[in-house]
Amino acid sequence: MNEKPKIAIFKFTGCAGCQLEFLHLEEIFLDLLELFDISYWVMVKRDNDETGWDISLVEGGISTPEEIEEIKQIRMKTKFLVAFGDCAIGGCIPSIRNWTPQLDAESQVYRDTSVIQSTKVFGIGEYVKVDAILKGCPAHRDTIVELLKSALLEIRPRLRQHPVCVECKFRDNVCLITSKKMACMGPVTSAGCGAICPSLGRECEGCFGPMSNPNASALASIFKDLGFNEKDIKRKFRKYAGMSPEFRKEAGH
Amino acid sequence: MGEINIDVNYLARVEGRGALHVRIAKDGKIKDLKFRIYEPPRFFESFLIGRRYDELMELTSRICGICPVAHQITALRAVENALGVEPSQQTKDLRKLLAISAHIQSNVLSMYFLSLPDLMGYESIIPMTKDHLHIVKRGLKLKKLGNDITDLIGGRAVHPVTAVVNGFTALPSKNKLQVIRKRLKEAKQDAYDTVDLFSEIEIPDFKRKCEHMAISDPKEYAINRGRFKSTEGLNVDEMNYRNYISEEQKSYSTALHSHVKNRDSFMVGPLPRVNINFNQLSSDAKDTAKRSGVKFPNFNPFVSHLARAIELVHNIDESIEIIDRVPLKRERDEITCKSGFGAAITEAPRGSLYHSYELDNNGIVRKADIVPPTAHNALNVERDINEFVKTILDLPLDEITLKCEMLIRAYDPCISCSTH
Repeated sequence: MNEKPKIAIFKFTGCAGCQLEFLHLEEIFLDLLELFDISYWVMVKRDNDETGWDISLVEGGISTPEEIEEIKQIRMKTKFLVAFGDCAIGGCIPSIRNWTPQLDAESQVYRDTSVIQSTKVFGIGEYVKVDAILKGCPAHRDTIVELLKSALLEIRPRLRQHPVCVECKFRDNVCLITSKKMACMGPVTSAGCGAICPSLGRECEGCFGPMSNPNASALASIFKDLGFNEKDIKRKFRKYAGMSPEFRKEAGH
Repeated sequence: MGEINIDVNYLARVEGRGALHVRIAKDGKIKDLKFRIYEPPRFFESFLIGRRYDELMELTSRICGICPVAHQITALRAVENALGVEPSQQTKDLRKLLAISAHIQSNVLSMYFLSLPDLMGYESIIPMTKDHLHIVKRGLKLKKLGNDITDLIGGRAVHPVTAVVNGFTALPSKNKLQVIRKRLKEAKQDAYDTVDLFSEIEIPDFKRKCEHMAISDPKEYAINRGRFKSTEGLNVDEMNYRNYISEEQKSYSTALHSHVKNRDSFMVGPLPRVNINFNQLSSDAKDTAKRSGVKFPNFNPFVSHLARAIELVHNIDESIEIIDRVPLKRERDEITCKSGFGAAITEAPRGSLYHSYELDNNGIVRKADIVPPTAHNALNVERDINEFVKTILDLPLDEITLKCEMLIRAYDPCISCSTH
């Protein structure tokens, strides 16, 4: 490669946590600057180059008419477009409101809803073609590095498709469902975090979204057998990825 | 002098999406001034209704990726106030350590990454690596220290997981805390160097006396609990917050603007904290503040950077104190649901943060009310710019624009939070 690849980091409807996760690569931050030209990053830079990028990391879901136009423009100027974190993939936590009528949500917060430009929140893939996804709320910094390394080597990144359960096995964790009767989302949730929560005495809440081809209805019936009611189970699935085809049925109407 | 139009359509080096528009007539009168926050609303207060009390720390954490810890602790405390739960001293101590670690991370980010490039004449920290590598490295090192502590206590730096209602799901190991303690000791010099840097660097000479507010506690430098106090005599229990603070919608902003009822805008953040709680700072932090030559209480918003640096010294001292006294006993009690109202105010890195919830008998949220620091500050930012811009009108437009941006960045706005 003659020139350093140009990277852009964009924020849409979200919390900036994934950008922060990028910034938390303190140990290799200076190395990254050697290897890449971060040419657009409004949270960090005042002079931003909008001519085009090799890799665009897009954080946040799409929830306004302006954002729909912007993501289309970004797609046109980007070679490799990454949905950076759960919000960009499928709306994440803010998508919980998609089950509330839009006007109800708006009038709960604003007296004058006529000036509020807002739609239901979706992932960027709803509007443009996406080349890769980095799962997680936030996306894990190791997966960011894996993706960037692969881009330099021009190979396919190794991103995990298996459930959190595999990571629990690696860490010798006791199963929270079978031993503690906790409603753990691990069996249907994508690995990538290193089983943080089950390793720290807490059930997986599913913040990496669905694994590849999960059996959500089987897990829902296990939760039911453990004594959780229908509303509890809906809340479990209607959280980080309620809009996903994998969890849509269990997330309820 | 002709008309002056200041337009910044996407404010750089702040979190989230905001703009600034100022119209100044030929005679120097300000015709229009808007700190326009156009961050898309996510309607947290709407979709939290129907969720369970024990999910609130996890859900509200997602309001903000820079200050998730502040939202978590505020949500937890509001729920505990609703349920009538008083956590143990160990839980309070570990929460304080968690909150302080987030302050270290966020305030270092604000000082070194978001504002220092302005003060040193760079577009960002990236070109500074060529000329001032040691400063950049110091910033990265301090920020990493904050993150590593959050990671150790909370399990993850962004959206940590272990803090729950009335306790923690897991405790850090003693050995790992001792490693952190050593690093905190070593970081003290970096914190002093940060104070020196920000006391020597030139900032605009601007002062506007306005009401400063922060939570306050006579026994400690208040971060997670205290009475809501102001420099104009306000002294409020967190449960009564809504009797004193109102919010108003502006047609051009998705963040609501706060003001004191029957009074004006107010400022929250590191400068109000240092102004109001100077006596509770650690002795080294007080000494370094005195050595800086800047007098407190201070009403120049640009002194916020120095206030962050002074807090950094304090935060390192208090972290070590907590590590030295926390027993790390296993403890966790069951919680019983009951209906009720609970409110809490904490100090997020960028200022006072309010959460309140109404819970039903099953612990399900019936009403939620959240006011982040930047919603508290939004109107005050406009009031400040209104005064400040008049003092710099003889400069070229691009410099006026930069200076106004710098004033906004001194507040370290967190715009996603403010809209939520």
